[in-house]
Amino acid sequence: MPRNYDIICLLRNRRESRQEQEKDVKALHSEFLMGNEAIALGALAAGVNLVCGYPGTPSTEVLETVAKRRGEGVYVEWSVNEKTAMEIAGGAAYAGARTLVTMKQMGLNVASDPLMCLEYIGVKGGLVVLTADDPGPISSQTEQDTRHFAGFSKVPCFDPSTAQEAYDMIQEAFDFSEQYGTPVLLRPTTRVSHGYASIRVKDPEEYRVNTPEGFVRDTGRWVIFPRLSNRNHRLIEERNAKLRDVLSDYAGNRTEAGEGEWAQCRKGLAAGGISYTYAMEARERTGRVPLLKISTPFPFPERKAAEFLAELDEVLCIEELDPVIERELIYICGKYGLKTRILGKQTGHMPLSGENTRDSVQAAVAAFLGLPAAEEDSPEPPALPVRPPVLCAGCPHRASFYAVKQAMRGKKTIFCGDIGCYTLGNAVPLDMVDTCLCMGAGLGIAQAINHLEPDRSCFAFVGDSTFFASALPGVVNAVYNQAAFTLVVLDNSTTAMTGHQPHPGTGRTMMGQAVDKVSIENVLRGIGVTAVETVDPLRLEEAVETVKRVSALPGVKAVIFRSPCVALFKSGKRMAADPEKCVGCGRCIREIGCPALSMNGKKISVDAAQCNGCGLCAQLCPVNALKEENHA
Amino acid sequence: MRKNIVLCGVGGQGTVLASRLISAAAMAKQIPVMSAETIGMAQRGGSVFSHLRMGEGIWSPMIARGEADLILGFEPGEAVRMLPYLKPDGQMIVSSRPVMPVTAALGGNAYRPEEMLAFLREHVSRLWIVDTDRALLEVGSAKVLNLVLLGAAAARGALGLTREDLREAVRTQIQERFHALNFRALDAAGD
Repeated sequence: MPRNYDIICLLRNRRESRQEQEKDVKALHSEFLMGNEAIALGALAAGVNLVCGYPGTPSTEVLETVAKRRGEGVYVEWSVNEKTAMEIAGGAAYAGARTLVTMKQMGLNVASDPLMCLEYIGVKGGLVVLTADDPGPISSQTEQDTRHFAGFSKVPCFDPSTAQEAYDMIQEAFDFSEQYGTPVLLRPTTRVSHGYASIRVKDPEEYRVNTPEGFVRDTGRWVIFPRLSNRNHRLIEERNAKLRDVLSDYAGNRTEAGEGEWAQCRKGLAAGGISYTYAMEARERTGRVPLLKISTPFPFPERKAAEFLAELDEVLCIEELDPVIERELIYICGKYGLKTRILGKQTGHMPLSGENTRDSVQAAVAAFLGLPAAEEDSPEPPALPVRPPVLCAGCPHRASFYAVKQAMRGKKTIFCGDIGCYTLGNAVPLDMVDTCLCMGAGLGIAQAINHLEPDRSCFAFVGDSTFFASALPGVVNAVYNQAAFTLVVLDNSTTAMTGHQPHPGTGRTMMGQAVDKVSIENVLRGIGVTAVETVDPLRLEEAVETVKRVSALPGVKAVIFRSPCVALFKSGKRMAADPEKCVGCGRCIREIGCPALSMNGKKISVDAAQCNGCGLCAQLCPVNALKEENHA
Repeated sequence: MRKNIVLCGVGGQGTVLASRLISAAAMAKQIPVMSAETIGMAQRGGSVFSHLRMGEGIWSPMIARGEADLILGFEPGEAVRMLPYLKPDGQMIVSSRPVMPVTAALGGNAYRPEEMLAFLREHVSRLWIVDTDRALLEVGSAKVLNLVLLGAAAARGALGLTREDLREAVRTQIQERFHALNFRALDAAGD
C-alpha cells in the first residue's frame, strides 16, 4: 500500500488558483454542462480507461456522457447491476486501468459486498466510485447518506458543491486513489449532478493518457484471506488517521474569514455539498460570517476544523441527509476540549430530513445570527391542482396492469410491484401495486405471501431491465423452493425511468455494437419455468385471456408483456373522440386514467399533445366513440 | 446583466428544452449561466420547474423566493404555484392553456383554471396571458408550446435575449428538420 503523501501538496498547489492552473493548461474552453456531464469530462481528462455502472437517478448521465464523448481506447458499458459493475471496476483497477464506476446511492447497497472487500485489497489503477445521493428524496426509496458508507467501508470520500468543482475534483480523486492505493468515492447530490453551469474544461489534446500495465500475478496482494485482511485493516486505519491531518491542507477543505461587521464574529457556519452554495448565497444577504467548507467528509480534515472551531463560540452546520459534519465537529470539540457549541440537525436548528433550499438555509442562518426573518407576504392562492406522477399517455404498462386487473377481477390476489416507471401502476384508477420495496424484491414478497396464503393468487411485476439486474435469483429460488406465483415481465425494450438505457435484452451496447439479445423467455425456460407466454398488452382481449390462462397454472409461471416504451418509439398515431357518438359515460377515464383523456363539458376530449394513439381507450369505449385520427 | 428565470409547467410540456435554449443563447453572448431542473419520476406528468440564472457572481443554480425576474408559466396552475418566487416588480408570461390532472378527471380534485388566471390578474402587475391555443393552432402543432412562450418572453424583453438570439439557439440545439416549425412558433405569440 503506497504511503506517499506528496500528492496532497500537488493537490493543494493545483487548487490554489484557477488562474494559475489555467496558465499551465493551454487549451481550455467553456461548455454549458450538467454536473454529471462535467464529472464525465473530468474522468476523460484524467485519462480514464474503463467506465461501467448501472443507471439510477441522479447518477445516470455520467456514463452516458462518457459514451458520447469518449476517445479511442476508452471502454464503457452498462453492467447488468451495480455489484457486477463494481467487480468489473475492481478488476480493471487491478490491471492498472483508471476506472470509474457509477451508480445511485441505493446501487451502492447492491455493490457493497465487492466495495467493502476492495478497500482491504486496494487498487493499482485509480478507481473512482461515483455514487450520487438524492436528498428529498426526489427519485429514490431512501435518504441514505453515502458519507456514512465512506466511513463504514473506510473509503475516502470527496463531496463536490458545484459542477465546476466536481469536474476538478474527479481528476484529483484519480490521483489520490493511485497515490494511496484505495478506491475513492465521489458523492455529488441531485442538485450538483443535475445542475447546469458554464464550466471551464480542457480540450481533448490536454487529456492525460494512461496506459494500463496489465494484471500482474501476486497472490499475496490480490487474494483476500483473513491474514491479509488483518494486516491491511491496520494499515488502512493508520492511513485514514494520517489523512485526517493531510486533508486539512487540501484546498477543497477551506475557511472563509468573517468580513465587515462580522470580521470579529464568534459565530460561524460549516457546510458541505450543495448546501455550501446555499450558505454562500445566504452570507451575501446576511453579511459574511466565518465559514468552513468540508469537501472530504471522510477522512475528516480534523486539524483544519479544530483551528476553525477554536476561534468561535457557536457553529451552525448546514448539510443534507445525516449530521455527518455536525457529529465530527462535536467529536473534535470533545477531543480538543473546545467549548464551541455545535448546532444543526441534532439541536433542532436544521431539518432532520429532506432537501435544504436557498430559503430554508437563508432562514436558518438569519435566525442563527439573530437577524429578523424575511417577510413572507405571498397572497393565499386558490386550491392548486394535485399532480402526482403518472404513467405517460400510451404507456404499455397501463395496458398490462389493466389486463391483469381485468383477468383477476373478483379473485383473492396480491400484486407485488418493483422499481421503475411501473411503480406508477399504484396510482388510481389502476391501483395495481400492493407492495414496492427495492429492486427485484417483488418476487420474494410474492413467494412469501404464497407460502403463507396458498389460496391467494400472487403476482410479481418486474420491468425488463430490473429482470436482468435483480430478478433472476428470485426466480431460481421460487422454482427450487416450490413457490407458486405469476411473474409478469413488463418488457418495453429499454430502461425507461432513468432515461432509456440499453440492457441485455435490447441487443445494443454502450460501445455501439449490435449484439444478440438475451431472451427473457429462454432465460425463464432455462431456469425451469415451463409456462412462459408473451403477449402484446395493447391487444386487450388477448392479454386478459393470456393472464387468466397462465395464472391458473400451478407453480411458477410467467407472462411477458412486450410493447415498446412510447417515449422512445414514437407511433405517430393519435386518437380522437367523436362528439356525435360519445355519450359522456367517462368509462375510459375511470378505468385507465390516461392523462391524455379529459372531460370537456359532457364529452371526452383527447389531448393531441399527449396522445400516442395506443388505442387502449378505444377498446373500452362502449359506443365506439374513440377512433384513431388521421393527421399529418 | 443578472437575471433569474423560473420556468414551470407539467412534465412533458418542454420546459427542459426551453431552459436549454435560453442557456445556449446566453452562452453564445458570453453570459455565464447556471440552471437546475426536475429530472426523474416527476417528469411523468408531475409539476416540473427549471431555475435559470444568468450573470456573474452566482453560487447556486437555485432561485430563492422573491428573486425571479421572470416566471415563464407553461400552465396557469403551475404559474400560481411558483408565484412566491417572483420579485415584486417581476414579469410573468403564462400560457392560457390548462393541463387537467388525472386526479381532476377522475373527480377527486377539482381544478378550475379560470380561477388561476383570475388570481394572477389580481396579483401580478406585469402579466401577459398568452393565448397559446390560438398560437398553436396557427403554427399547426400542439408540441411547440415552449417555443411560443420563449418568443413571447423575448418580445417583452424579459430574457435579455432577442427572438433572433433564440433562433440562433434553435439552429445549434435542435435538428434541422424541426427548424421551420420552431421558428414559426417563436413568432406565434405576437408582440
